[in-house]
Amino acid sequence: MVDKLNDDIGEEKRLQLWEMMLKLRLVEKKAYDLFLQNLIKGTSHLALGQEAIAGAFGVALKQGDYTFCTYRGHAHTLARGSSIEGVLGELMGRQCGLMKGKGGSMHLTDVDNGVMGSYAIIGAHLTIANGTALASKYNKTNEVSVCFFGDGTTNIGAFHEALNMAKIWNLPIVFVCENNLYMEYTPIHEVTAVEHPAADRAGAYDLDKIIVDGNDADEMLRTAEKAISKAREGKGPSLIEAKTYRHSGHSRADPGKYRPDEEVKDWMENKDPIKNYRAKLLDFNINEKIISEIEEKIKDQVEKATEISMASPIPEIKEIYTDVWANGGSEWHN
Amino acid sequence: MAQLTYRASVSLAIAQSMRKDQKVFFIGEDVGAAGGVFKATVGLLEEFGKERVMDAPISEQAILGAAMGAAMTGLRPIAEIMFSDFLAVCWDIVANQIAKTRYMSDGQINIPLVIRTANGGGSKFGAQHSQSLENWSMMIPGLKVVAPSCPSDVLGLMDSAVKDPDPVIFYEHKSLYAFKEEIEQTDISIPIGEANTLHEGKDITIIGLALMAQRAKEAALILKDKHDINAKVIDLRSLVPLDLQTIKKSVIETGHVLTVEENPRLCGWGAEISSLISEHCFKNLKGPVTRVTTPHVPLPSADILEDNTIPSVELIVNEVIKKLKGE
Ligand SMILES: Cc1ncc(C[n+]2csc(CCOP(=O)(O)OP(=O)(O)O)c2C)c(N)n1
Ligand SMILES: [Mg+2]
Repeated sequence: MVDKLNDDIGEEKRLQLWEMMLKLRLVEKKAYDLFLQNLIKGTSHLALGQEAIAGAFGVALKQGDYTFCTYRGHAHTLARGSSIEGVLGELMGRQCGLMKGKGGSMHLTDVDNGVMGSYAIIGAHLTIANGTALASKYNKTNEVSVCFFGDGTTNIGAFHEALNMAKIWNLPIVFVCENNLYMEYTPIHEVTAVEHPAADRAGAYDLDKIIVDGNDADEMLRTAEKAISKAREGKGPSLIEAKTYRHSGHSRADPGKYRPDEEVKDWMENKDPIKNYRAKLLDFNINEKIISEIEEKIKDQVEKATEISMASPIPEIKEIYTDVWANGGSEWHN
Repeated sequence: MAQLTYRASVSLAIAQSMRKDQKVFFIGEDVGAAGGVFKATVGLLEEFGKERVMDAPISEQAILGAAMGAAMTGLRPIAEIMFSDFLAVCWDIVANQIAKTRYMSDGQINIPLVIRTANGGGSKFGAQHSQSLENWSMMIPGLKVVAPSCPSDVLGLMDSAVKDPDPVIFYEHKSLYAFKEEIEQTDISIPIGEANTLHEGKDITIIGLALMAQRAKEAALILKDKHDINAKVIDLRSLVPLDLQTIKKSVIETGHVLTVEENPRLCGWGAEISSLISEHCFKNLKGPVTRVTTPHVPLPSADILEDNTIPSVELIVNEVIKKLKGE
């Protein structure tokens, strides 16, 4: 049941969120297709099923805010406004890619849109995100830094170092743990001392215990907005644990066999954030035609971007030797 | 004209950089109120306040991560890692993050930061507080590696390191903190990548870094006085970028080369220099390049053990004589 009288979100923002989540879903699906066609090499980690988290933050953040994500970061990058061909092109190793093929799927970076990198060594980027937050404090500007990571990341030292530092220096940062119940292949509860891997640790750093249904886009948006405002007002860091589930395996090579069929089915059928949000939009009496038009628009955008990426040239070999240093080169002796 | 210790030149160098550029801040463990465990940062907190001189928790990853993130926005942090040995606990941030992010981002991100750290032996601190680790950072593309041997180089190279748009690891030698020098001008700049000649000579080229460069110079004085050997001593000052031209010029003149390294033998920086010399100056060589290094062992602690592990002035003298006179 929805409470139409006390709607704090409104149609405009809901449609924005719908469009955002759908884009993340359809681009990830396209990425999967391109793998199957062997057009994407290397590895890739899809965020299918987790779109409400990146999507909500994408809607809630402002231009100029900083985000840091993991190797599972295509969605988080798109959510900040990066172009679809920039993302797909990078996955395919094309010149139109965000980093012209130098970083690949696990390192999507788009500074103009505040995407301060995607990080593939568990935990590191929590400490780095503190740095952009520290810079905002140092410069007395009011950007917010947001750092996304998984449940497995709560067991590495950098997580704990970063939370402590963010708290003692009252940094304008939001840490977002996407608890999809598994690290790579191991269920998180088998290797973690507490039930809620992030939230149960919050108290150790004098932070509030925040647990949210990460597949409920409205709830996710409310939670994101609250934490972002808190940071922007100089009231310090937050740690959010968002419960979610990935629809596909950990990475390209993983069929995800370690997960019980019933569990997968339940999350796919009953807890899919996109499917449920569509139903919710209808409950709010949003015209189905508008919803479908957005679907068609995004499908079209993804197809066009795919064409652009496939037509884009591969990088020139001389690129190997560029941009180690700020002078653009890679020389190490005179 | 004032006499300045290497230790005092560190805090002066940081202060000068901080006075010149509001974007520069300093972060580390026990660096502010305590002035650093080596007292190399005394007075900074008093002059610049807590906003710019930050006493951090014992969280090396968080310290370097924060410095990196701040640098990504255009600030110019100087971060201290108390002992270079502790780089091992934050090596991910150094080697995977700081070093590679510019390249992976196709140049979207610059990381203009300085990591300064107390390096090297001589204090009898044992194997985990005495290592010479310049070669660890030398082998990672994307890091500049500086190791000053005297107070004026600390001043000049720190100025350049802070202004450098790329990450610089600044290895300060613990056994040089008490080293004194007469200094006329303190606000100086020395480009990174220019070696310095500490002693002129045409018989042999001795290449050193930090404490080993100073020991090589002492050895050269003895060789000249007592053995009639004129050694050219090159203080590399930085391993990356490397001043290969200065090395080549001298090797072409002398035909004999000795590297003096404080690190254990395997993959020490001298191996790379030796390889470059054989590539670039093979025809000028009158014999093989000799590498004097610490033996391939962890550094022991007792006086007699440590003193006989790290290359001494006497060892350098003897190796040169052996090489040139076959004695
Ligand atoms: C330091 C480190 N250890 C191990 C890995 C290998 N690894 C890659 S992803 C992953 C699982 C991470 O789990 P989680 O944090 O829950 O994120 P998720 O993949 O579920 O989004 C592991 C162990 C790594 N990249 N870095
Ligand atoms: Mg997980």
